[in-house]
Amino acid sequence: MTGVFMKTDKILLDHGSGGKASSDLIEELFLPYFDNKILADFDDGALLAMEGRKLAFSTDSHTVDPIFFPGGDIGKLSVCGTVNDLAMCGATSSYISVGFIIEEGFPIADLRRILAGMSQTAKEAKALIVTGDTKVVPFGTADKIFINTSGVGTVGDDVKISGKNACPGDKIILSGAIADHGITILTQREGLRLDSSLKSDIAPLNLMVEEMIKTSSKIHSLRDPTRGGIGTTLNEIAKKSEKGMKLYEKEIPIRDEVRGACELLGLDPLYLANEGKLLACVGPEDAEKLLKVIRANKYGKDAQIIGEVTKDNPGKVFMRTTSGGTRIVDMLTGEQLPRIC
Amino acid sequence: MCLAVPMKVLEVEENVARVDIGGAGKTIRLDIIDKRPEVGDYVIVHAGFAINVLDEKEAEITLGYFKELFAHDSEAH
Amino acid sequence: MTLKHISEYRDGEICKEIAKKIHVISQKKIRLMEVCGTHTMSISRNGIRSLLPKTITLLSGPGCPVCVTTPAEVDQWVKLARKKEVIVVTFGDLLRVPGSESSLGAERANGADIRVVYSPLDCLRIAQNNPGREVVFLGIGFETTAPTVAASLIEAKKSGLKNFSIISNHKLVPPALFALLENQKVKIDGFICPGHVSVIIGGQAYSSLVDKCQIPCVVAGFEPVDILQSIYLLASQIEAGRAELKIAYRRVVAFEGNEKARDIMYQVFDVCDRRWRGLGMIPESGLELKEEFYTFRAEERFDLSVPDAKDPPGCACGEILCGTKSPHECSLFGKSCRPDQPVGPCMVSSEGTCAAYYRYQQ
Repeated sequence: MTGVFMKTDKILLDHGSGGKASSDLIEELFLPYFDNKILADFDDGALLAMEGRKLAFSTDSHTVDPIFFPGGDIGKLSVCGTVNDLAMCGATSSYISVGFIIEEGFPIADLRRILAGMSQTAKEAKALIVTGDTKVVPFGTADKIFINTSGVGTVGDDVKISGKNACPGDKIILSGAIADHGITILTQREGLRLDSSLKSDIAPLNLMVEEMIKTSSKIHSLRDPTRGGIGTTLNEIAKKSEKGMKLYEKEIPIRDEVRGACELLGLDPLYLANEGKLLACVGPEDAEKLLKVIRANKYGKDAQIIGEVTKDNPGKVFMRTTSGGTRIVDMLTGEQLPRIC
Repeated sequence: MCLAVPMKVLEVEENVARVDIGGAGKTIRLDIIDKRPEVGDYVIVHAGFAINVLDEKEAEITLGYFKELFAHDSEAH
Repeated sequence: MTLKHISEYRDGEICKEIAKKIHVISQKKIRLMEVCGTHTMSISRNGIRSLLPKTITLLSGPGCPVCVTTPAEVDQWVKLARKKEVIVVTFGDLLRVPGSESSLGAERANGADIRVVYSPLDCLRIAQNNPGREVVFLGIGFETTAPTVAASLIEAKKSGLKNFSIISNHKLVPPALFALLENQKVKIDGFICPGHVSVIIGGQAYSSLVDKCQIPCVVAGFEPVDILQSIYLLASQIEAGRAELKIAYRRVVAFEGNEKARDIMYQVFDVCDRRWRGLGMIPESGLELKEEFYTFRAEERFDLSVPDAKDPPGCACGEILCGTKSPHECSLFGKSCRPDQPVGPCMVSSEGTCAAYYRYQQ
């Protein structure tokens, strides 16, 4: 290993030049982590045989700050983001592209740590990273590192999952406790630090979805409630399907620690991000069956039925609160900030 | 106007206390509290300061009164 | 999901029982004002209104730092935020409050260094970590928050911090309640009094209000059971023609309040006249830094003079705050003034009167 890359422990503008330093970076650092037959061809694009199947395609960019946090890092986040987006369309195995934009001076040790996380997550999710690109920008013009991932995967012919398919009577299943990721990231910020074991819930959900699809053909919509939380995602489904939704606050799982942190900072957990949860609108006759399958998956142990889809109040999400009252769950209008009132 | 939450006192040391709510912990100041809390007490915390010690006796009375609402629906009180 | 001293007061069965009792006794049409913005938040989030009989209307009062901030105050913060050497430190509530032509959120997007904190104490650490910058804290909030700012200033003075100052926009609750009742158009039958302000000033602070204005006052906690209980206590007084002071939030509020906190507050602040949005100038309703702390007055370090800005034309937030108008009677409501682009403060706060109204009648 005598490439230019090995002589420095920092990313240099040379590494983004496309020349020797770039190929050294890719061969000596990236390939060992992402090594697979398709990538090894090292062509400009990946040749994927798809035999005329239905394809799901998605892309996601990640700029989380801090880039390392309890429960994960920007690398794992970027792989799960696309794996989960594809899984929500019914594609349970995938080919992924990765685009890095790295700031000059970024420590290679940190890059190595990120790549290791991406590799481990991709393996767990049975996803192959088959193509990618790296650009380096001058110091100060980007915040350490940004990662874009795109992915493509085949969808079974009988799988018809979309937000607009939610229909009255459907049960709404939430695969686990809410707001873990959102509150973990927020409480890394100076001044908001808590001493707790809060950690992000980053997790690949494609294997869970694979089991769900095997179990039932009545899965009408699947979404992963990331930024904006379940409040925002449920509103999006309600608007797209032009149906109403009725939730039961008592059934929504949330960890005491997360609830405590939200009470302390005046935040509504319905609007905090999740990175390893899904919301499913499913035919009532298969709801219990699907709930069991989800709970059998290690990322779905706390799954609950949290409400149902209704015909009245199209586009609106109502919730019966623990006090027995009824409240509208609105779209989030802007970033939630700790408040004193 | 003033979001404040009851937090359990885990440790008290001079002018600070380590407190906790549901497992989320914080170190807060005791500058403006009018009674020194003990470990196990609950204090009301606003913007990083304890503003008073929660009165457990009153809490019991209040909850007891509400529970009594179920015992009989008569207008006894 | 159990958080001690919180979950017990969110019990649906108890809420149902109290709501039933309210339905039984409530005959007259009455208007109750919840003074504190945190009550407004809890009422909306717990869907309390849906449990009440049609006879009871709940009005959101002036006890929310966002709602009572005047455009001129925001313009001062904006002017400050545009100074390159300044780091503005604030509670999250203020980011979206519109001034006459900008807001802190907009200035942050233009590159201003604006930081959100949980405690005023965090300012000291930011100031120590940025010796070359001027750190200015926006001192908003009422008698619960002012003592925490006072304690932080005492600490700053002791540690000889030179690059830290505050703008004091603190306001006091009782004078605002008197001002509300002096306004003939205002029709309020009872006050749900703020829970945590009362920890500091004590239930005693409302005695003269009850005696002079013959209006029932109940100091309430913030969980649904607490709020419903205080509504029940108010409704039963009004039905029986009584006007008394009751502390329902007994586990936390005492009649005498927290004298130590008040002492610390008045070691640092003096009472002064202050302008409130919607209520105008109210004598002795604000706090300003005493002479011994004049070095911490941001106005002494920076030119913060701004023209006296009027409320945006057509904005009826003032009347809405007093309960003399409801949101749909404001000409801007739902048109130029919407949650995603608020004109007046009642639309800024996510549970402000207009924001909640907009959501419900959409």
